[in-house]
Amino acid sequence: MSTPFYVSPQQAMADRAEYARKGIARGRSLVVLQYADGIVFVGENPSRALHKFSEIYDRIGFAAAGKYNEYENLRIGGVRYADLRGYTYDRDDVTARGLANVYAQTLGTIFSSAGEKPYEVELVVAEVGETPDGDQIYRLPHDGSIVDEHGSVAVGGNAELISNYLDQQHQEGMSLAEGLKLAVQALSRESNGTQREIPAERLEVAVLDRTRPQARKFKRIVGRQLARLLEADGAATEAESSTEDESSDEE
Amino acid sequence: MDFLSEHQPEMLPGKRQLPPTQGVIEAPHGTTIVAVTFPGGVVLAGDRRATMGNVIAQRDIEKVFPADEYSAVGIAGTAGLAVEMVKLFQLELEHFEKVEGAQLSLEGKANRLSTMIRSNLGMAMQGLAVVPLFAGFDVDRDKGRIFSYDVTGGRSEEHGFAATGSGSIFARGAMKKLYRGDLTEAEATTLVVQALYDAADDDSATGGPDVARRIYPIVTVITEDGFRRLTDDESSEIARSILERRLEQPDGPRAALL
Repeated sequence: MSTPFYVSPQQAMADRAEYARKGIARGRSLVVLQYADGIVFVGENPSRALHKFSEIYDRIGFAAAGKYNEYENLRIGGVRYADLRGYTYDRDDVTARGLANVYAQTLGTIFSSAGEKPYEVELVVAEVGETPDGDQIYRLPHDGSIVDEHGSVAVGGNAELISNYLDQQHQEGMSLAEGLKLAVQALSRESNGTQREIPAERLEVAVLDRTRPQARKFKRIVGRQLARLLEADGAATEAESSTEDESSDEE
Repeated sequence: MDFLSEHQPEMLPGKRQLPPTQGVIEAPHGTTIVAVTFPGGVVLAGDRRATMGNVIAQRDIEKVFPADEYSAVGIAGTAGLAVEMVKLFQLELEHFEKVEGAQLSLEGKANRLSTMIRSNLGMAMQGLAVVPLFAGFDVDRDKGRIFSYDVTGGRSEEHGFAATGSGSIFARGAMKKLYRGDLTEAEATTLVVQALYDAADDDSATGGPDVARRIYPIVTVITEDGFRRLTDDESSEIARSILERRLEQPDGPRAALL
């Protein structure tokens, strides 16, 4: 029998953080950014079935990078939390802040509990407001902290590089097509300074669109609509694509 | 729902313990709901009256609700319980859609509602029955469909038209004479308001169009474009044109004798 080595708490936590960060970095990155009419989620995702983005509630969307089974678990938990809240009280009483707090508690508990391995996930919870000022974006790293973000945020593999680029390029009041193009440009930057091509089929795009007449603002953008938005040259085609938004059917 | 029954079972309507009572509990009841299919969709409509015994409890109650994008529920029976049931039903459909990433089939939704009604059987035996009518657009089969229920949760699909509530006998009689297979959306909405008018004519618990207070039936249409509730202007337009004709012919349109 060998006696266990003494490991200082600092070292133990640093090891766990390192482990989680490495797991997250293996996944592809995704970006969440504000545009004039809402918040757009853009990520590279070769799978049509396993989503990185999803609807939590009327105005709240969820994005996650890292291990699928772990963030899927958190996503379902979030949907349950939101639906139960909304049923018990009122639909207006479900907020991104409340949800982000629940996620932070969960992630924090798992991160510091010695029995479990830390979750290798990084989450973004976003809520679209009536006006751009009312938009809220929260980033939740693996250790259970909450970071309040404005404008744009990137998580996953090349997050630092991508968010630096976004910070420089992102402007308020961009159209959806502009925002989408910026996001794709950011995602296609490699750490060695080169650009690679991301075909439209490999993109997963969703929006929280405040102009939608329904209470549920979350919508996936797929197929032709996505291709058109990627081709669109700024403002001229934006009007056209937004009318398409209304007529296209539900996911 | 499964989650709720594990964690907070007292929130589910069927799980409540009832104190023993003598006689019937007085509570507001909703009355007549009608539905008609037409090529390309289905129309679901309801009157606006809630009664408590011989008293009119509410003149402008809303009894037709969207269940999700492609279906709607109209409720007859104890209003409080029915509204709660609809709320839970809406929640379940939305929850399923978000967790699974796909909508339930129309059959699946109808079956789910059936279970919810059955869980209310204890209350129904004490006079607090809930008997909804469920209508929706079946995206797989590309047509509107109607499901009716009894108090025990028995579900049956209705073809063409259906009615539930105290005025349903009269409404069904009217629809039987007016229904055709090739109705347009506008004709179908007129037909349901005609049927509600006839129900209100002969059933004291069903409210007719109230011109003085501007209270008109709620008419909803579900097509492949989804759920749409007619605006107050649209439904008042239909109700007024019917009213005008009825001033000359109080019993409404005549069907051919042979």
